[in-house]
Amino acid sequence: MLRRLLISTLELVAVLFLVSLGVFLLLSLVPGDPAVALLGEGRTPQEYEAMREQLGLNQPLLSRYGDWLGGVLTGDLGTSLVPPQTEVLDRILSALPVSLELAVLGLVMALVIALPLAMWSAYHQGGRADRVISAATFGLLSMPSFLLGIVLIAVLVNALGIFPRNEWVRLGDGIGGNLQHAFLPALTIALMEAAMFTRILRNDLVTTLNEDYILAARARGMSPLRIMVSDALRPSSFSLVTILGLSIGRLVGSTVIVEYLFALPGMGKLVIDAANQGNYPVVQGAVLVIALIYVASNRLIDGSYGYLDPRTRRARA
Amino acid sequence: MLAPDTRAAHPRRTLLLTGLPLLVAGLALAGWAFTTEVVVTIVRMLLLAAGVLAAIAGLGKVAHAVCGRAVDVVLWLGIGWLTFILGAAILAPWLPLGNHDDAVAGLTAPIFAQPGDGYLLGTNNYGLDVFSRAIHGARTSILVALLAVLIGTTVGGLVGMVSGFVRGTTDRLVGIVSNSLLAVPPLILLIALGTVLDPSVRSIAFALSLLTIPSMVRLARANTITVAEREFVLAARALGASRMRLLRREILPNVVLPVLSLAVVMISVLIVAEASLSFLGIGIQPPQPTWGNMIAEGQGGVMEEHPYIVVVPSVCLFLTVFSFNLLGEKAQARWDTRSAKL
Repeated sequence: MLRRLLISTLELVAVLFLVSLGVFLLLSLVPGDPAVALLGEGRTPQEYEAMREQLGLNQPLLSRYGDWLGGVLTGDLGTSLVPPQTEVLDRILSALPVSLELAVLGLVMALVIALPLAMWSAYHQGGRADRVISAATFGLLSMPSFLLGIVLIAVLVNALGIFPRNEWVRLGDGIGGNLQHAFLPALTIALMEAAMFTRILRNDLVTTLNEDYILAARARGMSPLRIMVSDALRPSSFSLVTILGLSIGRLVGSTVIVEYLFALPGMGKLVIDAANQGNYPVVQGAVLVIALIYVASNRLIDGSYGYLDPRTRRARA
Repeated sequence: MLAPDTRAAHPRRTLLLTGLPLLVAGLALAGWAFTTEVVVTIVRMLLLAAGVLAAIAGLGKVAHAVCGRAVDVVLWLGIGWLTFILGAAILAPWLPLGNHDDAVAGLTAPIFAQPGDGYLLGTNNYGLDVFSRAIHGARTSILVALLAVLIGTTVGGLVGMVSGFVRGTTDRLVGIVSNSLLAVPPLILLIALGTVLDPSVRSIAFALSLLTIPSMVRLARANTITVAEREFVLAARALGASRMRLLRREILPNVVLPVLSLAVVMISVLIVAEASLSFLGIGIQPPQPTWGNMIAEGQGGVMEEHPYIVVVPSVCLFLTVFSFNLLGEKAQARWDTRSAKL
């Protein structure tokens, strides 16, 4: 067990190392001179040279990577090239809570939508409700998240006027205002995930409902709702947990797009703006942080199978 | 997908009698909702959707009556749409389409012309023809996705097969590299690549192919490992077949179908990815049209004034992704039992 843990940790470190190397090398290929980008046009060659010296651009690539990695390990991700020239780490730390809030809120809303739908659908398997839900979720899955966001804005904001579309309110400045503004972006994220979750959970529930012990419970006169919630749901939720792990990548992607669409100051907006401005230290830092969170949460979910399903515990040990 | 209701056998006459009126009424409702000015937009949209759904249900019944068995009309409609859009995309340069990307010539054309006023689907803010842009956009979007899938399937499939066949250190290294590619969420990887690459069809296709490679490697590797343990491979090996021959004649034919099924699903994933990238302004740049940057034209209040600017590319994008998803699901259910459950 300990050996397994050690190997998987080593692999994790190797993966993160490769990611950092990849991100660094990739963005060193950016066309254009960072010194010019930083100082603007029309300075003397000496000034540009001094700035290149200051940024360490005159050193060989490998030693620059070493410096950068050393900085990363001590929590220094460099300075933004575009004004305001703040620390990259500060930028990331102020953007990260927005994205995390959206992602968590979206995930919770997705589960709140998906669980009842899946149970309803599985209980009336093959019936009208089941077919309508199956068709609707399939349609939703063919909807790119930015399209879904646009549709929601067009319907809920422009046509019905239910939601305001203005500035983001930070969680610290009042939870009511924050939730009011986070609701629609989170709903956009949630609907995509909910469609996936509903389909997966429904299929597993249908299998579980055919088991003998469910028949026994039914014969004893237990109510359908009670059978669903207390007998069928838990053994049917393993695929859902697997999908939960896989969906984090998609979640990051849709969070990025939703932030751009709703102009929210999160990681997505940070990366996209930096990418459009060629502000490579910000892109490097943000991609590294996102990859770290992504890989770590996937490992966490991998590790949680043992707790959820005792059968995998023995197989792995 | 909208599985035909097989619980009761209906006589042909009943089917025709309920199906035909439903089809006609649905089409009429959709047509009326599309053109009328009487009710507000949101109600029109709902009526349009209801009309289309009713027409599809009616068509299903009519097809059932005509063919004598339940027909998956949605699948056939999807295939029909794909045939239309692919055909139009391929033939675009030779079709009598309006001006799609010449902003200078657009100066003399009316801007934001309503659909119908001499332009089938109206014009955008540069006086470019929206219908023509949608078709040329299909050309770009589908070309990029197909190129990327081609590269991804070939490279990923081969690497996965070899890695699953030889195992050992090679396998472990391939695993670490593909895990590293998977360690960055897809869209973030694309944005990072977008910072560096010039936004041309070729480099976007290259960037997108990087997204498909890891999952292709995984699928090909997993299938190879299963196949390599089968008796016929052992028999071929006992007969003295070389490793190359084993890979080519015994393993490849058994791995290729699931890999191709995933490729069909990947096409729609990549069309979405390309559209997202162009929507964010990092992908292919206007005036060259793609569905993504056409939808982005509706930002900043344009959509509220001129909904068709956004509706036309959105509908194209949705129908195409939907149809490819439908095809991919059928293909996987048939040839890739391992991942069909998803």
